Amino acid sequence: MNTIESTDVLVIGSGFGGAIAAYHLAAGGAKVVVLERGPWLRADEFDHDFELGKSYTRIFDFVVGDGMSILGGNCVGGGSVVYFATMPRAPRFVFERRGSIGRRMWPASIDRDVLDPWYDRVSDALPITQQSWDRVPYAGGLWAAACDHAGRTANPAPSAIDLDLCTNCNWMMAGCRFDAKRSLLLNYLPAALSHGAEIRPLHEVQHLTRNADGSYRVHYRHVDDDDYRILHGAGEIDAKIVVVAAGAGATPVILQRSEPHLGTMPRAVGRYFSGNGERLNTAIYDEDRVRDVLGLQRSDGKAYSAYQIGRGPTVASWDRLDGSLPEYERFSLEQLYFPPGLGTILAQVPGATGPSWFGVEKKEMLRRWQSWLTIFTMSEDDNEGVFGPPPETGNAHRLSQQMLGVGPLRYEPTANTWRGWRASDAEVKDILERDGLARVAPWTNDLVGAYTVHPLASCRIGDDPATSALDDRHELRDHPGIFVTDGSAVPAALTVNPALTIAALAERAMPGIVAAARARGVAVAYTGGLPTGVRAGVGPGAMPAAAAKV
Amino acid sequence: MDEDPVKILTIEAFADTIVPGEKRSPDDRAVAGAAPGAGAVEAGALDLLRLPGGGLAEALDSLAVTVNEHAAEYARGKGLVLDDSVPPFVALPFDHRTELVRILTDPAHPEKQMWVSLALFCNMAFDSAAHLPTAQAFADGHPGLLGIGYFPPDTTGEFRFPDFSYGRQLAKHHPHTTATGSPA
Repeated sequence: MNTIESTDVLVIGSGFGGAIAAYHLAAGGAKVVVLERGPWLRADEFDHDFELGKSYTRIFDFVVGDGMSILGGNCVGGGSVVYFATMPRAPRFVFERRGSIGRRMWPASIDRDVLDPWYDRVSDALPITQQSWDRVPYAGGLWAAACDHAGRTANPAPSAIDLDLCTNCNWMMAGCRFDAKRSLLLNYLPAALSHGAEIRPLHEVQHLTRNADGSYRVHYRHVDDDDYRILHGAGEIDAKIVVVAAGAGATPVILQRSEPHLGTMPRAVGRYFSGNGERLNTAIYDEDRVRDVLGLQRSDGKAYSAYQIGRGPTVASWDRLDGSLPEYERFSLEQLYFPPGLGTILAQVPGATGPSWFGVEKKEMLRRWQSWLTIFTMSEDDNEGVFGPPPETGNAHRLSQQMLGVGPLRYEPTANTWRGWRASDAEVKDILERDGLARVAPWTNDLVGAYTVHPLASCRIGDDPATSALDDRHELRDHPGIFVTDGSAVPAALTVNPALTIAALAERAMPGIVAAARARGVAVAYTGGLPTGVRAGVGPGAMPAAAAKV
Repeated sequence: MDEDPVKILTIEAFADTIVPGEKRSPDDRAVAGAAPGAGAVEAGALDLLRLPGGGLAEALDSLAVTVNEHAAEYARGKGLVLDDSVPPFVALPFDHRTELVRILTDPAHPEKQMWVSLALFCNMAFDSAAHLPTAQAFADGHPGLLGIGYFPPDTTGEFRFPDFSYGRQLAKHHPHTTATGSPA
């Protein structure tokens, strides 16, 4: 007797790529099951608490690789729950990038004009709003004033935050307990649930096999609710269509592990990984110079001393997003907050005479933490990341019960990547050290390699089968019925925060995926709808009874 | 808890090298007293490292043994004579502890990853009190959170900053900003 559960569509992961797919396919009439390896938390479980085991470590993953570490979401809602909700569109020149392959990396069918209507849809659905100066937090204002003082421009960046609900607590990486951040828990996921989709948390997909009829069997393990190092029972679900959206740090690993069962994977699976050219500089401001040179003063009389206050990045400088500049020399610079506990150890003491990241001078730098300002570079790297053999399970060997693990990614920055990083370091230094405002130094890459909060391109779309794993409809080459819609599908670094582009690409892929599902016998139609009118958050209490039993 | 005092002294000395602090008493050997105020040790580095969920608890014994072996070898190489009444790493003067940690965490060192992990947790104990509920850490006067000047939660235990903005435009917009507020 066949006891294997079956569904029309199996979605792996519930971040932007998974949630958007789940919504459209469920709304169109398909039976959809979403497997998410992380937990499902309600807003009141997003803690303001650094203690190990609170949401700060439960929903966040820090995977150390060889030369590159990845920070990402690990929960229902994926990256949207832990991200900073900064949502610019990618500049026009990005789509024309050639990188190191000697040809346009993006499919010929996609450029900024093609993507704009899809950007519009996501902007309506979340929604995304423009920000006004009167509600820019101190750190963003300080960055803007420094840019202006140095003859640069600066913009409040578009954002998916409801400012009427925001308390500027800067706990966004632990999830938003005020539902101010418009994560997927507030739009696509509840809309998918309302159309009958099921979301199953703590289900970690390990690999796929193919059935005789051309459908797929998805093999998963149950993850322990508290200690993610512990996996419990296993299970399988058959599906006519599989949408892989486990994130750029996990999607290629699942496909690599499936290769012995499914047959040869496209060469680009697990190659061409991009860290979005990311790099951080931390400045320590001289409070007196902030007041004297920039004329800034808070209502309580302090000049700044407000690193902790705000909502991640709010102000970006786009002067170097100039398509006439050579490739690898274009980047944006965004003011950023990085909470204690994770990043402070990587910040280096400007002009250190001893060790730069620990010791006596670093402690003195920590004492001035409220006068820090971190500047986030997003540049054009060289897609030089390669995934080695998959770990036994998941995408990392987990060291801690939550959050910290070691993964198979190897990344050796090329001279091109370093060119962008060095140019951005120099630009940041020129802006921030002018007239003695601050001292600044880049974060060290010596401890955990480079680092990215925006992993991309490890299973990318393109026109060239040798350098892209997916066609321009996001279907995995030579494996019909498997689609990839997460950040791994983005061909290359975007020079800006990528969430909106990932989401817009997923929206664009949906009519094609719906058509493919129909061709495989699923009774589904593309409705073209969008999530609307959902204000309250969605939590496990909303889980359909059938899913709750699993 | 019946723990090996050599382990405790050694790991404390390592933590004190990452975030140095004042001696807890005149005869404190683990804490070198290289910086004013409490450091990682008083902030609770050992308490954090002992938590099974962190992943290093079971490795602390071998980490202590290994770092002491490195310290003894380092001392021989430098011609230093160490006080043998304490473990070799503890016996190293602070500047030499610092130099040894720099060597062990160098990207070329084969054991780099485990020493970086140890350093990461020592730092976390200081700057975020990750072994304690944050509200309790504030109530207890945690020296790291207070030391970095982290603002405390409000009376509800949550963080709210109603005063958050200079409230005015502080730079010109990029000339090629689109109607949606994005780069062109």
